[in-house]
Amino acid sequence: MEVQVKKEVKHRLSRWIREERWPHIWCSGCGLGIAMSSMLYAFEELNLDPKEIAIVSGIGCTGRVAGYVKVDSYHTTHGRPIPFAIGLKIAKPEMKVIVFSGDGDIIAIGGNHFIHAARRNFDLICICVNNFNYGMTGGQFGPTTPYKAKTTTTPYGNFEYPFNLPYLAASAGATFVARWTCLHAYHLRQSIKKALQRKGFSFIEIISPCPTGFGRPNKIGEGLDEMKYYKEKSIIKNGIDPKDAELSLMGGNIVVGEFVDINKPSYLEILMENNERIRREEK
Amino acid sequence: MSAKILTGVHYMLGDHACAEGAIAAGCRFFAGYPITPSTEIAEWISLRFPKFGGVFIQMEDELASMAAIIGASCGGLKSMTATSGPGMSLMLENIGLAVMLEVPCVIVNVQRGAPSTGLPTLVGQGDIMQAKWGSHGDYEIVAYAPASCQEMFDLTIQAFNTAEIYRIPVIILTDEAVGHLREKVVIPDESEIEIVNRKKPNVSPEGYLPYLPDEDLVPRMALAGEGYFVHMTGLTHDERGYPNITAEAHERLVRRLLDKIQKNKDKIIKYEEVQTDDAEILLISYGITARSSLKAVQLLRKEGIKAGLFRLITIWPFPYEKIEELSRKVSLIVVPEINSGQVRGEVLKALKSDLSVLGVNKLGGDLITPQEIVEKIKEFLKIRV
Ligand SMILES: Cc1ncc(C[n+]2csc(CCOP(=O)(O)OP(=O)(O)O)c2C)c(N)n1
Ligand code: SF4
Repeated sequence: MEVQVKKEVKHRLSRWIREERWPHIWCSGCGLGIAMSSMLYAFEELNLDPKEIAIVSGIGCTGRVAGYVKVDSYHTTHGRPIPFAIGLKIAKPEMKVIVFSGDGDIIAIGGNHFIHAARRNFDLICICVNNFNYGMTGGQFGPTTPYKAKTTTTPYGNFEYPFNLPYLAASAGATFVARWTCLHAYHLRQSIKKALQRKGFSFIEIISPCPTGFGRPNKIGEGLDEMKYYKEKSIIKNGIDPKDAELSLMGGNIVVGEFVDINKPSYLEILMENNERIRREEK
Repeated sequence: MSAKILTGVHYMLGDHACAEGAIAAGCRFFAGYPITPSTEIAEWISLRFPKFGGVFIQMEDELASMAAIIGASCGGLKSMTATSGPGMSLMLENIGLAVMLEVPCVIVNVQRGAPSTGLPTLVGQGDIMQAKWGSHGDYEIVAYAPASCQEMFDLTIQAFNTAEIYRIPVIILTDEAVGHLREKVVIPDESEIEIVNRKKPNVSPEGYLPYLPDEDLVPRMALAGEGYFVHMTGLTHDERGYPNITAEAHERLVRRLLDKIQKNKDKIIKYEEVQTDDAEILLISYGITARSSLKAVQLLRKEGIKAGLFRLITIWPFPYEKIEELSRKVSLIVVPEINSGQVRGEVLKALKSDLSVLGVNKLGGDLITPQEIVEKIKEFLKIRV
């Protein structure tokens, strides 16, 4: 009898993943896997050398991405991945430094760092997964939670106004701004690829389901239902003024697309130029 | 000003000497947020760094500053920040991160009167306990207490070397009076300055375990971009750097973080003794107050009272054993400090006897004068007689 030896089939992305860390901690139906793999596909399609890339995360479910990707990766403190990444990028300007974290992490506790990194047009790729709540701590509300949404700390419905992240990023000075949902995997990957090939501050918001913390209490259903719901509500409007990039879960639309892509000298470009000038004048 | 270190004799501000010490130590990244009385460090660095190819960045706050210097150190730059009390409070969470990730860096705290905004322009020594216990959890820290502008230079270099050797955040716990003092500083030739760099991996990326310690309990550090694909996390982790939140992993990691300082403390601890050989009264002091204490020793000696000074150069780790040993030969210990008795408490912890430990303390933002120390001692002795 002939024995058939099954060849081990490796996933196309396996070289980018710390497989020894599988299984991951994310709930089934969570959008984080797609958010992460969109980034990995972007690496793969650009044929990047893993040595060129560093990922910095803060704390939260999204923050766990740093631990799963096989590049130099840093899982820092809640809210501080951006300043950590700023130090790292200054030390290693030749690397592509990516901040990959949650909306609570980047916009609530780390909001100040976010606007200042955008203002400086600092050379970072900032990917923020917005699941409308704090997943890791059990589904509390945050600065992106929609009006009236139920969370564990808004049991009567949220009555705060949420941020519109692309608008915030653009008005603070970000030079590349995009928003996609997890199900816009192709577009998302293209935007990440664009961000990886440019200087300055790039911001990408990914609308992602969190069936555990957000979908269930708000009766949206399971992860896939939530994903489909976001996809159905979304309309692509590339190039619009980010202030018009509506994001409503109250019967309105989720406007997605690439809203800003402008050229402006980045922090590191100006820094290098200044330092060179100072040294030249010295002589 | 040149792109070389300022070898020669200078009349220099303490804060500037600290900044120049950092440059001499090889520091090439500074992230900070202005706060009195530390600001002159940032100002000096911003003036000098561009000439060395160093990067000065004024961050939006101290939380960012601390995070940024850890990030830069992971990329291989020797990194520093400088602040004072309120800023130090904001840095504490990330100082814990630096401890856990084992990332070398230097934090200068030019102490001022506190709590809270307290006395921005006036001296204080009230952050002694914060330096050791401020961040959450159990950890060991190294903190130096310079008492002169010369030491602001020398100990800053020492701080960088210690940070690199043990892969730890090191604190320079100085005070407003030393920071704003102006006095002679001798800067040696570059070739005479000893500089230590962190140990690099000695195996290929495949065989490398980022948190496997050498015999000295310190792991070798791969930098970003070198192909080692390190993962660093503030979560309790194993030798690979991967989260492992079992009791056993936690015990192993935290115990090693404590031991790498505790077991090397004889190499780390620095102090100075003045006339302690025959002393009956031992003054224990540090920072600017140690200078008043030294004068007090001289005044007491003139009156035939055998006093001696034990000056702490490292505050942490604390020299408990050495103080216990000295305490056996004296009849009184006196601890002058500009707070309500923080180091006095540690001295009491060190003693095995019920020897009196007299605190000479001042709150209010002023220096303790030598006369005040002498009077307090005499008053105490009279009561005892
Ligand atoms: C200083 C600090 N405060 C609070 C926490 C607790 N905490 C952990 S994750 C988190 C929120 C995470 O939310 P988000 O960034 O939106 O990420 P998600 O889990 O939703 O992906 C909080 C508040 C912490 N770790 N540190
Ligand atoms: S809690 Fe939400 S964000 Fe976190 S893993 Fe589960 S589904 Fe994903």
